[in-house]
Amino acid sequence: MSSWRIRKRLDLDRMASLDGSYVGGLDCGTTTTKAVIIDGTRRILGSCVRKSGANLLESAETALEEALSSAGLSADQVRYIVGTGFGRRSISFAHQTKTEISCHSKGCHHYYPEAITVIDIGGQDNKVVKLDSSGRKSSFKMNRKCAAGTGAFLEEMAYKLDVPVSELEGLARKSSSGTELGSFCTVFTATEVLDRIRGGEKLEDIVRGLFNSVAKRILEMDRLTGRVIISGGVVAHNPIVAEIISERANIEVEIAPHPQEMGAFGAALFAAESVAREAGEEDKLSVARR
Amino acid sequence: MSERKLLRKPIQAAKQLGEVMRDYFYRMDRIAKGEEEGRIAWCTSTGPGELLQAFGFEVHYPENHGAILGSRRVAADYIPLANAIGYSPEICSYLTSDVGCYLKGETPLSQAYPGIESVPKPDVLAYNTQQCRDVREWFEYYGREFNVPVIGINPPRGMEQVTAANVDDVVQQIRELIPPLERVSGEKFDIDRFRESMRLSRECSELWGYVLGLASNVPAPWTFFDGCIHMGPAVCLRGTQEPVDYYRALKEELEQRVADGIAAVENERFRIYWEGMPIWGKLRALSEQFSELDSCVVVSTYCNSWIFSAFDEQRPFESMAQAYTEIFINRSEPAKEVYVEGLVREYKVDGIVFHDAKTCPNNSNSRYGMPQRLQDKLGIPTLTLDADLNDLRMYSEETTRTNIEAFVEQLEDTKEVRSG
Repeated sequence: MSSWRIRKRLDLDRMASLDGSYVGGLDCGTTTTKAVIIDGTRRILGSCVRKSGANLLESAETALEEALSSAGLSADQVRYIVGTGFGRRSISFAHQTKTEISCHSKGCHHYYPEAITVIDIGGQDNKVVKLDSSGRKSSFKMNRKCAAGTGAFLEEMAYKLDVPVSELEGLARKSSSGTELGSFCTVFTATEVLDRIRGGEKLEDIVRGLFNSVAKRILEMDRLTGRVIISGGVVAHNPIVAEIISERANIEVEIAPHPQEMGAFGAALFAAESVAREAGEEDKLSVARR
Repeated sequence: MSERKLLRKPIQAAKQLGEVMRDYFYRMDRIAKGEEEGRIAWCTSTGPGELLQAFGFEVHYPENHGAILGSRRVAADYIPLANAIGYSPEICSYLTSDVGCYLKGETPLSQAYPGIESVPKPDVLAYNTQQCRDVREWFEYYGREFNVPVIGINPPRGMEQVTAANVDDVVQQIRELIPPLERVSGEKFDIDRFRESMRLSRECSELWGYVLGLASNVPAPWTFFDGCIHMGPAVCLRGTQEPVDYYRALKEELEQRVADGIAAVENERFRIYWEGMPIWGKLRALSEQFSELDSCVVVSTYCNSWIFSAFDEQRPFESMAQAYTEIFINRSEPAKEVYVEGLVREYKVDGIVFHDAKTCPNNSNSRYGMPQRLQDKLGIPTLTLDADLNDLRMYSEETTRTNIEAFVEQLEDTKEVRSG
């Protein structure tokens, strides 16, 4: 679907009233693009996760189309779209953009309406956000521009080890503690890993060591306080990361519902708020909170 | 998404600024080429330029040249050349880009000022290490290259309070610069000339402090990013009449803006403090991003570092020692915190951005917990940006943009809480 067609279908003048209409969130990340469609009760009706590729706008359009299809809806039923993620400014048909920091926070607060710490491990960046009981950010930290400890790190290491990314979790679970890798840098870690292989260490111990490394990068970003919720694509496919963080910090770490789509869901929640604000009908959206 | 058109409000005095700086660079070039009588001294940006002027030297500031390399986004072309002769990519990127530029036999001044082929060759170099060790190493390099004397001041560092003993120490060091300067210049030291240079420097400093202070008005009539452009005369020409005249003109224009309620950033919603070095190659981009977010960077430690309140021509040695030793960069963490806190209140700041400059540890104040302490104490958010003053290879465009955008989203949250 081309962007002009999306824009045309989203023409606000032709939109239905708040009741019975829908809103969407699009999270255009460095690795994957996620789309979520919700209704006025904030229920997820459809979603999609797909590779971002080189053309971010096209990925966003396709993700939206697939999310609409899974919801059994058409574009003209979607009243407002908020874009987020690395490629948010590429989503030219979005009505508004928000950072992924705010969107993951928004989404997590929806499920955990109390003071929480949100950890998001994404394709190329990690965030630790602290929210008060009203969902307002009291602080946030992003990893430095280096992608060590992110999804990109795991992908690179899987490539070096000639192991499919999807098998990392299973391998790591065969190891009881894993090896400790000393390097910060992805390139140096790759060298270190090859050295460990030559030294006869088991593959599963090395793979668990990679997840240990991801956990260490998170724990050095900020102190984890209050209820700790983790979201993002890495934990969606590798829940062992949450367990390792939990063990190492000696705290409980909970994986958020639909962690990979949490940013898109948060964006959709912002979209719902905008529609409600425009319509002066905020109260109509304040239902179905858990 | 609707595109917002940014309304830029150019500062009219910028034309005069351009003329002042042009005359300065051409004057030095004529001296260097022997077309005009005089001698050239190279000096660190925070003194002791006034003493050099008292001997009739025209003063070149390598840090200013470094900032020009940064602003023109060419620093990363030159840094590897300095790395290749043993100057680490981890040290000051002013130093490495300036040395690399020298090694290549180029200067960005050639593009801005046709006819200038190189920076003016020095007859002497004078440093002050109250900022860092790097400035001395930088000057020692050129001392060897040009085979000219390198003299300097090595003051005590990291002080909570600057004591009388500290000042005495530095006064002694300043006095010890006189004999070598007499030898190089061929002139006897003239205290009245020194007093006059100090008087003009004090006037410049007072005016510079005043115009910066106008940004404490709500809305602010100009921004930190404007200040980075307009600080040239305060850095390079203080101690002469030109910056005094220039800042009087700028003062008049900015006062008029305040009187007319003209805002540098339309719909100013948030007022930001910039702590640390500028990211020279991204001044415009950052200025525009903050504007788009209705946020005005109203105050900085950096621009304020050229306000030398202690200058007193009646006590030229003592006041110079005091002023150049007590500057922010040379103080303890507690003293720095008190300073930042004062400006946060004076400028009604909503949040502080710390720039952690990879190659400038001495002017990166986020590394020992200060953001967290100030956030807890003042109840305002802080953000740390990882970047560099000159080396844009240390700068991640998207990470920086997202951090700033998320920071403003956090300010929105905070303001919501405050307004209840």
